[in-house]
Amino acid sequence: MNSFWKKVPEQVTRLFLMLIFLVTAFIFMRSILVPPDFGKYGHYRASAIDEIISQEIKYAGHTVCYDCHDDIVDLKKTGYHKNVACEVCHGPAALHTDDPGELKLQAPRERGYCPLCHEYISSRPTGFPQIVSASHNPMKPCISCHEPHDPKPPQTPKECDACHAEISRTKSLSHHVYVDCIECHQTPNEHKIKPREYLPSKPTTREFCGNCHSKDSTTPEEIPKIDINSHGERYMCWQCHYPHLPEAQ
Amino acid sequence: MEKVNNQKSNDIKRRKFLKNLFLSLSGLFLPGIVSAATKTGRLKDLILSLGYDPKEHLWGMGIDIDKCIGCGRCVNACKEENGVPRDPFFFRTWVERYRIYDNRETLVDSPNGAIDGFKPSINDEGNIIRSFFVPKLCNHCDNPPCVQVCPVGATFKTDDGVILVDSKYCIGCRYCIQACPYGARFLDPETRTAEKCTFCYHRITKELSPACVEVCPTQARIFGEIKKKPSPLVRFMRQHVLGVLKPALNTEPKVFYANMDMEVR
Repeated sequence: MNSFWKKVPEQVTRLFLMLIFLVTAFIFMRSILVPPDFGKYGHYRASAIDEIISQEIKYAGHTVCYDCHDDIVDLKKTGYHKNVACEVCHGPAALHTDDPGELKLQAPRERGYCPLCHEYISSRPTGFPQIVSASHNPMKPCISCHEPHDPKPPQTPKECDACHAEISRTKSLSHHVYVDCIECHQTPNEHKIKPREYLPSKPTTREFCGNCHSKDSTTPEEIPKIDINSHGERYMCWQCHYPHLPEAQ
Repeated sequence: MEKVNNQKSNDIKRRKFLKNLFLSLSGLFLPGIVSAATKTGRLKDLILSLGYDPKEHLWGMGIDIDKCIGCGRCVNACKEENGVPRDPFFFRTWVERYRIYDNRETLVDSPNGAIDGFKPSINDEGNIIRSFFVPKLCNHCDNPPCVQVCPVGATFKTDDGVILVDSKYCIGCRYCIQACPYGARFLDPETRTAEKCTFCYHRITKELSPACVEVCPTQARIFGEIKKKPSPLVRFMRQHVLGVLKPALNTEPKVFYANMDMEVR
């Protein structure tokens, strides 16, 4: 062995020692610099996963609310908002579910929040309920008419003008403005639900108008009156007078 | 004769030398061999203490473009959950509005990532042929370019297919931000490290769904296992014709879009 080392030229020995030193230094530095768990599962620090997993959860999830607010969850689960999680509107709830007294969740009561989903935007999918908030009762907050946990139109249209807006606008300009629609049109209740199957009635006789406008009726004096027997007897009244705006000739 | 003997002794010396050299060199590999031997034995600790085995899962997300109403609740929830800065340009997920006009022009906008929803487009309604919203996020590619370029191993793919960033190890060199073809990464202005969607890894390992999925009011986002049969995502994938973003790049995304227009990129 000794004789072997003697035969190796000195410069090679030095180079060899240098190499050994460098390799050792590399291994030493690497063991210090590379985290011990690096490469455990792959080319990364295994404890990074732990750090990411230990991040704080802020959204509690849609299942926990039922434990306390069962009444609202029961109300919501039959309505159109059944798939809208509570935290969509009320915000992240994990702090609240951990300690209900500590943090009370907020509810958006102002008008600006609902249009985030329900403002009319042409890009929205067809059939999604949308409104133009500028003309949809602009002065009222949405929740004054719509229960957000079970939203629906506030009622089935109570007044005729919900559907017959044009007639209603015309009539509002006429002397017939105080004549309710139902004085001339007997309207079955089902008309509001199935408008084409249950039609309101229409006056059919001249005598119907004569109830107010005939000479011998007992209605107030300011109502114009005519002799129903001699006034245009060949025609029905509404062939000349448009009942919703009778001033027009 | 003498010559022959000499040669023999030289042979023995050489053999001895080579033997010694091999032994001493193999000593250099010893730490590696030892760690390789212990690696398999230690797999079941750390995250497994949660009762969650990443090898049993493969996560993905389905997005139904026909259902997205562009309300931006997902963007908001993501920022709330993950503490993403509220300023523009820092998004782990965002929603784009596509408007395709009759002159074949396509306009894509995403005002502040749609965190406050969208305003109606007013003047050009008549010229729009198609319009829709596209939620976007990290695609958690099966073949992720961002992981390939990371010089320090700070971004990686876990066994369950999620691409994560080790923010303590990241040096903020921005290579991954450049490499991502979907623009899903950004540099956190406070930590100066790369940030991106984690599929809410801290939630999904605890059997919760990601925050954006949790709050989506129309169920436009569906999260779940790709491979297990009884998963809402598998059902979604079976029922729709699926597309992915930039399929030609061969990144093999795990975010699948249904009802996607060909204009979507």
